[in-house]
Amino acid sequence: MRYAMAIDTKKCVGCSDCVVACQVENNVPIGHCRDWVIEATSGTYPDLSMEFRTERCNHCTDAPCVRCCPTEASHIVDGGIVLVDANECIGCKACIESCPYDARYIHPEGHVDKCTFCIHRVEKGENPACVSVCPTKCMYFGDTDDPNSEISQLLRKRKWKTLIPEAGTKPNIYYLT
Amino acid sequence: MPKTLNRRDFIRISSLGLGGLAAANPIFDWLSGSVMANESLQETIKRIPTYCEVCFWKCAGWAHLNEKGDIWKLTGNDNDPHCNGRFCPRGTGGVGMYYDDDRLKTPLIRTEVNGKQTYREASWNEAFDYIAKKMKKIADEHGPECIALFSHGSGGKHFGRMIKAFGSPNITAPSYAQCRGPREVGFFATFGEGIGSPERVDIRDTDCLVLIGSHIGENMHNGQVQEMSDAIDKGATIITVDPRFSTAASKSKHWLPIKPSTDMALLLSWIHVIINKEWYDKKYVDKYTFGFDELKEHVKSFTPEWAYGITTIKPNVIRKTAKEMANAAPSVIIHPGRHVTWYGDDTQRLRAVAILNALLGSWGRRGGFYNPEKKKIAKLDLPKFPKPKKTWRDAFPGQFKLAGLALASGICDATIPTVKRDCSFKGWIVNGTNLISTLPNQANTIEAIQNLDLMVVIDTMPMEITGYADVVLPECTYLERYDNLRVSGHREPTIALRAPAAEPKYDSKPAWWMAKELSNRLGLQDYFPFETEEEELDWQLKKVGLSLEEMKKIGLKKFDRQYDDLYPLEGLPDYEFNTNTGKIELYSTSMEDEGYDPLPNYTAHEEPPTDFYRLIYGRAPMHTFSRTANNPNLTDLMDENKVWVNPKVAKEWGLKNNQEVWLENQDGVVTSFPIKVRVTERIRWDSVYMIHGFGHTDKRLSRAYGRGASDAELITKSNIDPVMGGTGMRVNFVTFLTEAPTKGAA
Repeated sequence: MRYAMAIDTKKCVGCSDCVVACQVENNVPIGHCRDWVIEATSGTYPDLSMEFRTERCNHCTDAPCVRCCPTEASHIVDGGIVLVDANECIGCKACIESCPYDARYIHPEGHVDKCTFCIHRVEKGENPACVSVCPTKCMYFGDTDDPNSEISQLLRKRKWKTLIPEAGTKPNIYYLT
Repeated sequence: MPKTLNRRDFIRISSLGLGGLAAANPIFDWLSGSVMANESLQETIKRIPTYCEVCFWKCAGWAHLNEKGDIWKLTGNDNDPHCNGRFCPRGTGGVGMYYDDDRLKTPLIRTEVNGKQTYREASWNEAFDYIAKKMKKIADEHGPECIALFSHGSGGKHFGRMIKAFGSPNITAPSYAQCRGPREVGFFATFGEGIGSPERVDIRDTDCLVLIGSHIGENMHNGQVQEMSDAIDKGATIITVDPRFSTAASKSKHWLPIKPSTDMALLLSWIHVIINKEWYDKKYVDKYTFGFDELKEHVKSFTPEWAYGITTIKPNVIRKTAKEMANAAPSVIIHPGRHVTWYGDDTQRLRAVAILNALLGSWGRRGGFYNPEKKKIAKLDLPKFPKPKKTWRDAFPGQFKLAGLALASGICDATIPTVKRDCSFKGWIVNGTNLISTLPNQANTIEAIQNLDLMVVIDTMPMEITGYADVVLPECTYLERYDNLRVSGHREPTIALRAPAAEPKYDSKPAWWMAKELSNRLGLQDYFPFETEEEELDWQLKKVGLSLEEMKKIGLKKFDRQYDDLYPLEGLPDYEFNTNTGKIELYSTSMEDEGYDPLPNYTAHEEPPTDFYRLIYGRAPMHTFSRTANNPNLTDLMDENKVWVNPKVAKEWGLKNNQEVWLENQDGVVTSFPIKVRVTERIRWDSVYMIHGFGHTDKRLSRAYGRGASDAELITKSNIDPVMGGTGMRVNFVTFLTEAPTKGAA
């Protein structure tokens, strides 16, 4: 099993509902976030194009944060979800340095925090909070090891990209373009 | 799309690492608790139905309570066609309204201490006695009609009942003359029906969506944003006309970067092309419309070449986009928009939009405009309201003859006494609308307020308007109260319940209770016959075969349509329209009767002088007007606005990204606060753009005070729509001050 997320950039309007839904669901302190939205514009007026992307931890298959963690607080669980055990974390920030996606932050309580794919919801068969709230339904969550899952079908049918593939971490967040 | 994206060019809309702010944030403790984050996951123990009050879309949903019985999160109701189970960011962030500790906490009465005006805390009894006494005095001296209610929100229904019982018909909302009024009047004159809210646009099933200055996706009108996404999925063509590269423009097949204020020329030219090329729906036009020949003659000279000189949109683009619409017809929507008070000829512009839809046969057809149905619910059994002797209209003899609702700006103007008028307003009751940020020309609004004998403001937050009140009443948030049932027209009729998920915080109270208590003191107790709002709701619900108990479980009840007429003109049946001719009036007889142009004409509008730029304003998806500017969850997503400046303009002025500037308008008015520059290709060189609702001047709004600048301050000028009194507000021009002005709050 390999959990992954696909985000349809053709539909995302950058509203940031995913951000506030995550904050409320996961008690992320105000002033921090586990996911965020990027607006990328290119071209000159009036020949322009623009892409919105909701970004978060890529739950990399080859996760540098896990490799560099001295206490094994950063670890991978079933389905490939990368988690941080707050009780094991000593706040050394090595993982923050190693993450090509800038997806981790120091929680005011001193430990590192980041996206969990809402594992507490996924275990109950629900979608992550960001996916379930998205007004444009541009986000898809599922198992890429299952060829019949909606996400697998989308990745076969649509063009997609991942972010910073050159970092070689095998990210599991896909952007449909 | 570029192959490699340079991360430094990105704008993080919601950024990490604002840690410094977190410590000072009052709800931080609530959010983080004292346990480790991973151990502090909450569970829904109970959920209570509500419908959202952060904007007018009023999505039905649930307030989830955690183990401690505290409000935890808000989610949409799966059965609600307004939201389909998905709240927008403002709805999700609505919890911040409840937890905001800058809320108004107790009634306040204006008083004078050592010659200086201030507020003193008062009991509810004192506040009500004060208001009732002043209201009676105004009624005795000037008539009850001299008290007006300004409202934008659910509380307005309760205060509206009170003031109608008192004898005043003057109930107004800025959502009419400052927003969607021209659209309702323009469509009513054409089809005999307005658009309403939520808009009756069948975006979900359309093949072609045309947006004219309507920035769906930035205006987060939930169901509509969702349906635009569905339309993208289905491969619908989107055409966006906007001087700014809006979010919707970025999703569009055709973006027409029009010169601002020239939309009418484009519309007339589209009509010209569609008629001349015979791309209109002949059967539909023959059967249903009145005045086609007059229209054809009228638009003869409005060629794409003519429009090119005015709009800067190339003739072949005008023809190509007209063809796209015609190919999709009747599954096409030339969207009527919502905030359409731009240039003062807005009713006529919306008439042109209506005519274009009529020519393409989209009204009453699938993929065009559907026919919403509303559930009829029993009216309360109340004594008759007294017949008023005068209305706001008496202040404007012979003007604004097609205005369907009272004008907020009109009542404001008619509060300033003149020798010509004997019906100046003496009392304002203001609920849930920050008139300082809402009406054009702040100096005029403040002058009007100075002439009042009584001003009562009811709000949840210390918005600027509260600072001008004689009495301030703290309303509890929507999460702490019942309100009237939400009875909305949609593809299927629905009724939604709002029930309190928590006791009112502080000494705040629901509007229903306030209106009842005040009515009691005014001798109007018979208009609030029920002891509690629960009894009133239960009585109403039982009349439609439901009960409060059942509604508390389901939150929303969907009914079958009574009539099978979602698309009444599908198959071209005989149909009589609610117009003078019984037809769709391409040529408007009602406009002609009142002395207005029966067919829309293009008027050239004033252009910015040298070194000035047209001020365009709009919405961000995470904020509603100025209402959310202090919401801790939503300010965390966006806590200030920026002024968008084209790189060419920035170069000329030497402006850099994030540099602070002050904006000065054509009348020499300078923003109270500086605003950061956003250099972006997404805006034309003749205009600048700002998100509305920032630059708050009231220090009691601790998160909003001084964050960004207020576009409302700069809107000193407005062009008044002669047809219905709308205030066209895109007629202001601004320039940059790179040094702090000598006077002002800087």
